[in-house]
Amino acid sequence: MRRSRRLWGSTVVVTTLSLALAACGGGAGSKAGAGDVDPDGSVSVYGTEPQNSLIPTNTNELGGTKAVQPMFAALVGFKGDSAQPYNLMADSITSADSKVYDIKIKQGWKFHDGTEVKAKNFVEAWNYGANAANGQLNSDFFSQIEGFDQVNPGKGKKPTAEKMSGLVTKGDYEFQVTLTAPFSVFSTKIGYTAFAPLPDVFFKDPQGFGDHPIGNGPMKFVSRAAGQNIKLTRYDEYKGEDKVHFKNLDIKIYAVQETAYQDLLSGKLDFIETLPPSAIAGGKYKSDLKENLVNGHLLGISTIAVPYYVPGYNNPDLRKAISLAIDRDQITKKVMNDTYVPADGYVSQGIPGYRPGVCKLCHFDPDQAKEYFKKSGFTGKLTIASNADGGRKEPLVAACNSIQNVLGVPCDFVPATDFGQWRSIVTGKKLTGMGRSDWSADYPSIEDFLNPIYKTGASSNDSSYSNPAVDKKLEEADGTADKDAAIKMYQQAEDLVAQDLPSIPVWDEKGVAAKSKNLKTGGLDFRRLGDYQSFQVLKK
Amino acid sequence: MTRYILRRLLQLIPVFFGTTFLIYVLVWAVPGDPFAGKCGQAACPQAYVDLMTQKFHLDDNIFVQYFKYLGDLFTGDWGETFNGNSVGELIGNSYPITLRLAVVAVAIEAVIGLTAGVLTGLRGKGFLDNLVLVSTTFLISLPVFVTAIVLQLVLGTELGIIDISVSDNPGFGELIVPGIALGSLSMAYVARLSRTSIAENRHADYVRTAIAKGQPRSRVVGVHLLRNSVIPVLTFLGTDLGTLMGGAIVTEGVFNINGLGGLIFRGIQNRESATVTGVVVLLVLVYLLMSLIVDLLYAVLDPRIRYD
Repeated sequence: MRRSRRLWGSTVVVTTLSLALAACGGGAGSKAGAGDVDPDGSVSVYGTEPQNSLIPTNTNELGGTKAVQPMFAALVGFKGDSAQPYNLMADSITSADSKVYDIKIKQGWKFHDGTEVKAKNFVEAWNYGANAANGQLNSDFFSQIEGFDQVNPGKGKKPTAEKMSGLVTKGDYEFQVTLTAPFSVFSTKIGYTAFAPLPDVFFKDPQGFGDHPIGNGPMKFVSRAAGQNIKLTRYDEYKGEDKVHFKNLDIKIYAVQETAYQDLLSGKLDFIETLPPSAIAGGKYKSDLKENLVNGHLLGISTIAVPYYVPGYNNPDLRKAISLAIDRDQITKKVMNDTYVPADGYVSQGIPGYRPGVCKLCHFDPDQAKEYFKKSGFTGKLTIASNADGGRKEPLVAACNSIQNVLGVPCDFVPATDFGQWRSIVTGKKLTGMGRSDWSADYPSIEDFLNPIYKTGASSNDSSYSNPAVDKKLEEADGTADKDAAIKMYQQAEDLVAQDLPSIPVWDEKGVAAKSKNLKTGGLDFRRLGDYQSFQVLKK
Repeated sequence: MTRYILRRLLQLIPVFFGTTFLIYVLVWAVPGDPFAGKCGQAACPQAYVDLMTQKFHLDDNIFVQYFKYLGDLFTGDWGETFNGNSVGELIGNSYPITLRLAVVAVAIEAVIGLTAGVLTGLRGKGFLDNLVLVSTTFLISLPVFVTAIVLQLVLGTELGIIDISVSDNPGFGELIVPGIALGSLSMAYVARLSRTSIAENRHADYVRTAIAKGQPRSRVVGVHLLRNSVIPVLTFLGTDLGTLMGGAIVTEGVFNINGLGGLIFRGIQNRESATVTGVVVLLVLVYLLMSLIVDLLYAVLDPRIRYD
């Protein structure tokens, strides 16, 4: 669940001059008008069929988020270029102890149906999302709120309450949240779309609402044709600072990514947030796109999990040897064609709290690798498993080759048929060797790179790692109200993890998107989502 | 004749149950957790799994599941996808597009294939015959997805003659190139089939008689020769219409056509079992009906064939 695949454009590629020249086509007489921005233009973006109804608490994948994200405004927003959190719908979020949060919301904001957004819209939406009877995909996001275990008691048990006791409405524009334990990152976490408010009309007919969602965000719903498109248009009364500068958004659904990419090159589609493997191969995308290439920085990290339960793998020297034997520079350049950069820690670059070179053993050093491998006394074969589609296979095969060449131990790539089968192997603890373990952050915080992956028994702890010292440090950091002090403690936890190497950081995805020549600017955010507020359409 | 039709219709019933059951089992009872990977890196929340298990009767035995599905099907309910779309509605929106595409493809097969077949069949060996032989061999050796992608890249990306993807509700014009890609393989077969058939019948007794009677050549070829030679071709085209409905999966995927093929394509990608089952069940029905119609057409074209 904690794997939203979206993003806030980290880098907006402004290529005004070259675009203006291109638009003119060299004709000196046609200069007037060319290069001007059309504030009422239309933008079409690549889409995939949403896998669930378009309700914030039930949307956790990119296809649905593309439509839900611009339709709803949460308490906290994230800046498109830096992923910095700021108060969007919240007027203030205060807490003395990181356990009880007092949230005031801005007045006068309206849902698209004209009703005002009040504190109860948040409280009721969160209660709905948490309640087990509603079976919402994002229900676990509310698990830190007091009273969650009564509304969502787990397998086979019926909820004993309708509402979480930790949510108290205090007037029209203020409510209080009590958590079961202190959690200092809560004020960032509530920027995730699942925490969006829902209008009164939703609770009368949740089913019908999914067909025609009404939000409070910068864009409102127009129509949806299953398997074809989702159409949104600008909500002119929107008061937030992430307003959009075009009128219509057409999310076009494609069955094949290659087709969408070809459409983009011919100008029929305006934005695609990810490039098909065929375009990345050999760096073809660079010559295809030129100035229409959009570079972002995704807040995610790719690691190779080395599970402790695999016989022979509970061996620190082996872990060190493997890490030192992977030539990250070569692989990111030659195999991934600069769409990734080498990773040097457990936290993505660009996150507050990131420090370069945290992982002392994440560089290429064949001699040291051989030494550690000798010390480890490991015999047998190494394997790396992953689903093989979507360009996942090639870099891991290269990593395997690199290990094999340096350590002289046979290393094989083991493919799984698809992502589903792959995840069921990992969550069932049935890995027989190393496995791909990629992570994308739901909200930009160092906490989201540690708690869900390296805490004992955490939801995505693919290596089955358990270190009481790390757990203790993370809990301590969660309970520290002061943000900077909390970051320091998370960093200490990261240092501890880096000594144990439960998984080996390999690369960090840059996020390479593309825009058409119809767009003057277009950015990509940290969730691999088009940064809609940065889009500017050229006059036709 | 009526008895024959009745008998054939009765035969459809066990075939229908057998195929739909197989499809249902293949789609739903595959080993593995249907919720694995649906929620990204972490497991799905229990509440969601419980709700979906209940919705799709996943905790029942597979036979019970199947009969519950059939029960819904007979009341006109094709079921729902994971995201709450009605599968019936999805099919309703898609099938006219696929039908249009299939008609375009069959028309291309019939016109080009038959013309090439008749011309080469009548003329016999020569330049034209060799040309058709080589080009049909070429088309038969190419899988549909290669033809489709090559056409798309050359005509769309390089030359800019066609749009790379078709619009949401494409007309016949937009479907010509996808139709060529889809029909190319069968077109080659039609050309070869009609060539052989014409070449054989050209020396048949009835043709010689017709010529001896002094009938004009156009009537000999157009009425006597063609009518008899076209029977095997027609069978082929008829069943092909059924095959095309399903064979369009790849073509519709490549050109982003929102037909039944595209629906299955996306259904498989997103592991929408309800959609896949529904559409394949529909395709089985179409296929069964098409083969029945073709068999009946036999009797119409060739009075010597009797079904009683």
